[in-house]
Amino acid sequence: MLLSNLDISQEAQIIQINCTDELKQRFYSFGLIKGTTIIVDEISLARNTMAVNIDGTEIALRIEEAEQIEVEAL
Amino acid sequence: MKPIKVVLAGQPNVGKSSLINSMTDSRLKVGNFSGVTVEKSQVTFEHHCHILEIIDLPGTYSINGFSQEEKVARDFLQNEDYDVILNVVDSTHITRNLLLTLELLNMNKKMVIALNMIDEAKEEGITIDVAQIEAITGIPVIAVSANTKDGVDELLNKVHDIADDDNRLRSKVSYSDIIEEQIFTIKNFFDEDDYSFSDLNSREMAIKLLSEDENFFKEIHDKPVFMELQPLLIKCHDNIHTYFETKSHADIQAIEHNAISRGIKAETVSCAQPKNHKPLSKKIDDILINKFVGIPIFLFLMWGLFQLTFELGAIPMDYIDSLFSWLGDAVGMSIAHDGLRSLIVDGIIAGVGAVVLFLPNIIILYIGIALLETTGYMSRVAFLLDGFFHKFGLHGKSFIPLVTGFGCSVPAYMATRTLKNEKDRLITLFIIGFMSCGAKLPVYVLFAGAFFSPEVAGDVLFYIYIAGALLGLVMAKVLRVTVFKGDDEPFVMEMPKYRLPTLKLIYMIVSQKAWSYLKKAGTFILAATILIWFASNYPKHNSDNQALQLEHSYLGQVGKMTEPFFAPLGFDWKLSIALETGLAAKEVVVATLGILYNVGDEVDEESDELLNAIKEQIPFATAVSFIVFVMIYLPCFAASMVFAKEAGGYKYLAYLFIFTTVIAWLMSFIAYKIALLV
Repeated sequence: MLLSNLDISQEAQIIQINCTDELKQRFYSFGLIKGTTIIVDEISLARNTMAVNIDGTEIALRIEEAEQIEVEAL
Repeated sequence: MKPIKVVLAGQPNVGKSSLINSMTDSRLKVGNFSGVTVEKSQVTFEHHCHILEIIDLPGTYSINGFSQEEKVARDFLQNEDYDVILNVVDSTHITRNLLLTLELLNMNKKMVIALNMIDEAKEEGITIDVAQIEAITGIPVIAVSANTKDGVDELLNKVHDIADDDNRLRSKVSYSDIIEEQIFTIKNFFDEDDYSFSDLNSREMAIKLLSEDENFFKEIHDKPVFMELQPLLIKCHDNIHTYFETKSHADIQAIEHNAISRGIKAETVSCAQPKNHKPLSKKIDDILINKFVGIPIFLFLMWGLFQLTFELGAIPMDYIDSLFSWLGDAVGMSIAHDGLRSLIVDGIIAGVGAVVLFLPNIIILYIGIALLETTGYMSRVAFLLDGFFHKFGLHGKSFIPLVTGFGCSVPAYMATRTLKNEKDRLITLFIIGFMSCGAKLPVYVLFAGAFFSPEVAGDVLFYIYIAGALLGLVMAKVLRVTVFKGDDEPFVMEMPKYRLPTLKLIYMIVSQKAWSYLKKAGTFILAATILIWFASNYPKHNSDNQALQLEHSYLGQVGKMTEPFFAPLGFDWKLSIALETGLAAKEVVVATLGILYNVGDEVDEESDELLNAIKEQIPFATAVSFIVFVMIYLPCFAASMVFAKEAGGYKYLAYLFIFTTVIAWLMSFIAYKIALLV
């Protein structure tokens, strides 16, 4: 399952991140790392962007970016 | 005495600049989104017989990243000479902040951790065992609050104690068992071999090798010891790679650091609030970034801001206007010499007065932008608009420089550094000018006021800004598909907690800008008005007809010369000249109009003189075309210089000049023709 497939207020654990090293580094620095749990807080109307919460930090990302994160719904 | 060099490092939005402000009386700009501090700034002050020199690095989530400010921070930390790293950590987001702390610890420098925003943490029911963090990391930790100044003195004491100490405290962080085993193996090797490098101990050298530190590798690679070390190192790396099922050092470090920071948090932080407690920020976000009402609310807020700018700003404007009229009369009557009176009344007072007149509007606009910046709403808007922006080939984060551009293009150009993709940056740089800056506001207010009733003038103002912004977006798309083709930058950004800025902070930001506006009016624009006055009064024409005099003046000659270029847009030589002088600074456009349209008649007591003169002497279609031209054409001299610097050369400034002039001319022409039909 991909992060982009989740709906609002769904909770999931990151199991794999498949992308370029550059983007990966970006994800890591925000705490989006294999094993962390995230909650989807909001998805924009046109499903362009989503807001996820990691340990109280709110992160905004594009759906295309979310497609590169594999998760397991909790 | 040698000053102690302290480098302030921390993630964006943890209050680094606020902390410096609370240490000294300096006034660094503080905001609530990443990238307020784009250039490193420096403050020097004295504390308990020590001279501290504090260098504020741009906030970075990591020092391994690829963005420009991450590179700035990393280069500085690695290569520059300094005494202590002061790592500022947000107490309310310890886990994420510690990820950077762990990276900093690997630099093996003297370090102090400041747990900032401890007051906010307390309010949220978070208690932190500071001594325990100190015990785990091996690094001194001080809880502080930049807001209440609690702990700031203690922090400074600790900083110079650490700086004075001959020994460096070493990191006590321990990794997972598998990593520790490899560290142990290599550490033993170094211990037996008695190899040493710089002030590193054997454990630190082992960690450097395992974390594939390039510089250290280069250092040790040429040494005889490397022959024996190499097989050992390969074995250790193999062990790690097999265990983590990856060869990527970045992946392994992320997992390790994540585990450590989570571990530290679990051991030291306890939260009194129930797990399902909904923080205030989340409640506000439920409305403000809601998929249905988020964008309408944003548009309404922007519309409201421009309404306020016009309606509320109009009240003090009348007073300022009559003040300058009165001043002109009073001064005019007391000066006998014709030329001198003309210089002071028609030149200086009319010109500078026309600029000062718009101070209230400027202040209101800046308050609005300051609120946007400091509350944390800015990044929400980036979230809301990214989908829309992306369609135009822009990045959601471009929103931040673009909105800053409504205030002034200079900081806006500098704010583009938060974009790490070069092409995103260039596109944003090229269209910032379309976001009309505060200095263009007077022109709009003047013309909107002259041609529309006060009830609709606010709306007109709003539409002018929106039209400029939309045109900017279209141009972004054009640039993206023609000149700056390439991959998009990913959009991943933090949306910081909402914070209510203190009145003092807003006052500080706004007063600073208002002052610089006034200062500019008193210096640069004063000089420009004198020059324009001179150029419009000389050479003397042998006639009492002032209009004829103006026509034959230097200014008139230049205006006449360039008139053919502007004629298809409906501009006469007076408007042409106003545009040309506006290249120096946009405020000068109004100042020039003030001088040019004041000359014909005697100075009278009636207020709104310039407004009425414009209403009477300029046709509506010409006014529309003029506004469009002002909206688009080249930014002021100062902004152009910054543009050239940020874009990477004067070559780009030449492109910008051609780009904006062509577009401005074409759009004005179209607007003129349409307005003639209406």
